[in-house]
Order: sequence, then C-alpha cells, then structure tokens
Amino acid sequence: MIVAERKPIEKILEMVAPYKKILVAGCYGCVTVCLAGGEKEVGILASQIRMARSKEDNPIEVLEQTVERQCDAEYLEKFRDNIAQVEAVVSLACGIGIQYLAEKYPKTPVFPGVNTLFLGANIDVGKWEERCMACGDCVLDKTGGICPIARCSKHLLNGPCGGSQYGKCEVSKDVPCGWQLIYDRLKELGQLDKLKEIIPPKNWLRAKGPRTLVREDLTLER
Amino acid sequence: MKGENKLNNLKAGSNLEKVLASGHFACTGEIGPPKSADFHHIDMYAEGMKGKVDAVNFTDNQTAIVRLASWGAALRLLYKHGMEPTLQVVCRDRNRLAIQSDLLAAYAHGIRNVLCLSGDHQAFGNHPGCKGVYDVDSIQLISILRKLRDEGRFECGEECKVAPKFFIGCAVNPFADPFEFRVIRMEKKIRAGADFVQTQCILDMERFEKFMDLVRKEGLHERVYICAGLMPVKSPRMARYMQTGVPGMLVSEEFCQRLEKAENPKEEAVNITIDYIKRCQKIEGVHGVHIMAVAWEEIVPTIVEKAGLLPRPTF
Repeated sequence: MIVAERKPIEKILEMVAPYKKILVAGCYGCVTVCLAGGEKEVGILASQIRMARSKEDNPIEVLEQTVERQCDAEYLEKFRDNIAQVEAVVSLACGIGIQYLAEKYPKTPVFPGVNTLFLGANIDVGKWEERCMACGDCVLDKTGGICPIARCSKHLLNGPCGGSQYGKCEVSKDVPCGWQLIYDRLKELGQLDKLKEIIPPKNWLRAKGPRTLVREDLTLER
Repeated sequence: MKGENKLNNLKAGSNLEKVLASGHFACTGEIGPPKSADFHHIDMYAEGMKGKVDAVNFTDNQTAIVRLASWGAALRLLYKHGMEPTLQVVCRDRNRLAIQSDLLAAYAHGIRNVLCLSGDHQAFGNHPGCKGVYDVDSIQLISILRKLRDEGRFECGEECKVAPKFFIGCAVNPFADPFEFRVIRMEKKIRAGADFVQTQCILDMERFEKFMDLVRKEGLHERVYICAGLMPVKSPRMARYMQTGVPGMLVSEEFCQRLEKAENPKEEAVNITIDYIKRCQKIEGVHGVHIMAVAWEEIVPTIVEKAGLLPRPTF
C-alpha cells in the first residue's frame, strides 16, 4: 500500500489560516489502512482545527467527508456538494488523491494534510517499511523476492557494498542490509548461483517523462 | 602474473600497471582533497610522496563530504608534480552520463588509473539531505570502463572514436559481510573488467589472510592484481573507534592493544604498518600495498622508506 503520515497540525493550520469554512476530505483506501487519512483521522483533524481556531477567537467551520478512493474520478464526484460550500479543502489522501481531487475541482484550493512516504507494508503494530520503489522493471526473480532497489540504501544491483556488516546497512544499525537479506534468502533456496550474474546498468524508464500506462485491450472497448 | 608478456601487452600503459605487470611489489599512496578551493596540502603531500610511490589515489568526496574534485586534484598531481594519479570515482554523485563525460576529460588530460567505488552513503556526510544518484553500481561502472576501453563503445552502445583506455581498479572489502559473498563479489568485479584491486584497509591481518585463502582457492589472484590496503592509525582511541563505530571495518584486538601499550603511539603506528607490509609481501597473491594515511599523508614516505620499498621501479 501507499504509506502516509499526517502533517503536523501547525503546518495545516498555516495552510487554512485565511479561510472560514473548509472541508477535510478523507479516503478509505491506503491511508485508512495506515491510519493517516481515513474517516477517523478526518474527525480528529477537523476537531483539532476547530479547537485551535476557536482558541484564537477566529472560529472556522469544518465539514468532514470520506470517500472510497480519491484516486478515482467516480468517487471524487461525491465531494461536489460539500466542495461547493467551502473556501478550501484539506485532503488526507495520498499525494495521488490530493492531486486528482485538485484537478477535478480547479476553482477550490486543495491542501495536503499528509506526507506521502513510500510503498510499503505494515510489518508490525504501528510500523511500516518500504518494499517497492515502482522502478517499472521488476528484478525480484533474481534476488530471492527481496528488492535491492527499495531495500538497499544505494539501490545496488550486484551485491552489498563494503558497508554491510553484521547484517546491518552502513546508514544505520536499525536498518537491515538488503543484500544480506537477499543472500540469506537465496542461500535458503539453494540459489546462491544467482548472485554470480552481473546485472547490467538499469533502464530507469524515465525517457518519456512522467510514466503512463495505456492498455489498448481496455481502451479499444470504449 | 609476472613476465615480459604482460609488459608487452599493457591495457593502459600507466606506471602502476607497468610496476604490477613487471612483477614488482607495488606501492601506492593516497591524498584526500581538502574542503577548500586550494592546492596547498595536495602540493605538500605530493612533494613528500614523489619518487616514493607508484601512483597516488585521490578520493572522491570521501565520507560524502564536499571536497575539491578528485579529477581536479589528479590533474594538479599530473601537471604540477609530474606524478601519476589514480582517480577514484564513486557512483553516489553522478549518473552514467556525467561519469563517462568526466572520464573522457580525465583520459584526454593523461589520467590512466581509475578506481571504481560505490561511495559512502550520503547520510554520512555534510549534506545528508541530498539525493544520492546511484544510477549505476560499482560493478556496472567497471563494465562501462571496460566496454569503452575494449570495445570503444559507451554504455549506450554508441561508438566512442577516441576511447579512454584506463587501467581499471576496484575495491574489495574482506571485512564486510556476508563474508562468503565477498569472494563472489570480487570475482564479479574481475569478470566485469577490473584489472587491479585495492582492499579496504587491513586492521585485522588474520581475517585478511583467511580471505586470501579463499581468493587463491578460486584462483582470483591469477586474474587480477591485488594491492592490500593499509592504514597507519596514529592514536589508540581512533583504533577503538574504528573497531566499533565504522561500518564495514574490522580492527583486531592485537592492533588496538599494540597502540594502547606503546609509549609513542605514532611511532608504533608506523611500526605496525611496516610489519603489515612485510606480512603482505609473504602472502601469495598479494601484488602490492596501498597506503591510506587518512589525515596523516605526510607519514607515507617514512613508511615506504622504512619498509624497504625504495627505490621505486622506473620505466
């Protein structure tokens, strides 16, 4: 999933300072799962904003609404009535949702209420870890199902650098060395020979600017 | 790896390559460029090392701290001092476009040795918020240099009309983990095109000897020149710090204790380095030493002289 975390309240208050009526827009997708921008977090943020502003003797009206996904035009339509009533929106969706919402309602300022962090997994209560960087050319078949792009701090493709020691990355003792993990997994699989392959320089697939996916099998149906 | 044959069949024709190809025990030094826009220290250390080492490495923003560019320092050595540089190139700060471009210029200016490295992560340095590049890794970088030299082609496959022909170096760290993988990785570097190896500094001789056993078992010492990295460490405190605080380093108890027990640790640091040079000379498959006197460059000539490595061969 896409992992995000709430921005500090001070930053959000700064963004909405000029307004008297806003909408806090949540998303039931990834940000609900990672507890950053679902219905519950929308309620919390809305209350925080109201309290902070009434303390300053500068009350603000805050509407609350959460939809299935903010990265989908169909669900963004549901915001129409509320957005027509407000001066600005704080979206708690990931960066994709925030942008798509802003695109669909170009006359209303839309602000980010979260920082979108990475593509990751919930590995323990309250703990998420990056697992994929969406490089567009998956190499997991060569590396025992552990991604060297996302999990090696230097995105190395041909094995651990000289900073790997006692299973840890040179960046921090709290970070496992991605290549140590790969080595251990391949050893367990009896596939250490795979490490001998020299993987050539990677095509980072940026030659066409922002990436798009067009599936003609689907577009032809329209 | 000795013999006339090698001397008649040089890949780059650098002094360092000739020393190694002719079967001499190589001896190289290293200068860390300053964090300022002047050559004062480089000039001073270079003069001291003149005639004492076969080539001088220039580190490339080592520990991810902004320093005078390694190519700029290397050119200074070449033009002002008439000495041979080894240009270190890390993958952290440049993409394949910039690296190849820099290397065309370096070769055109007369630089012949290049050492290919991943580079310390940017988190270590004085700009930890910067974006690390790592477009290619060190093994890919080696393969790019080999392709330029042997095929006359850039990484993209396009022809390079006057292609740089470098003596290609790589680093090997016998002290990092996973230990068993280090030999596999070294073999990959050789297969990618490395001609010579400079090891991470050896502060645990037993581990290095164990590593060399594995290297010989795989016959790697017959496919590449191996220069053992040595570092004179002038204070016991620094040795202890490196023992626990520097990722990818192993420092033996013996090494720390010799410094701690010494009345004059600086003198002992020199003695240890000389002892280690002599031990390296006895290890089958070690073809030279690379002396990295970090922040103590002025000691290199003394060590070389006392270790009996003079005079250096000339060609």
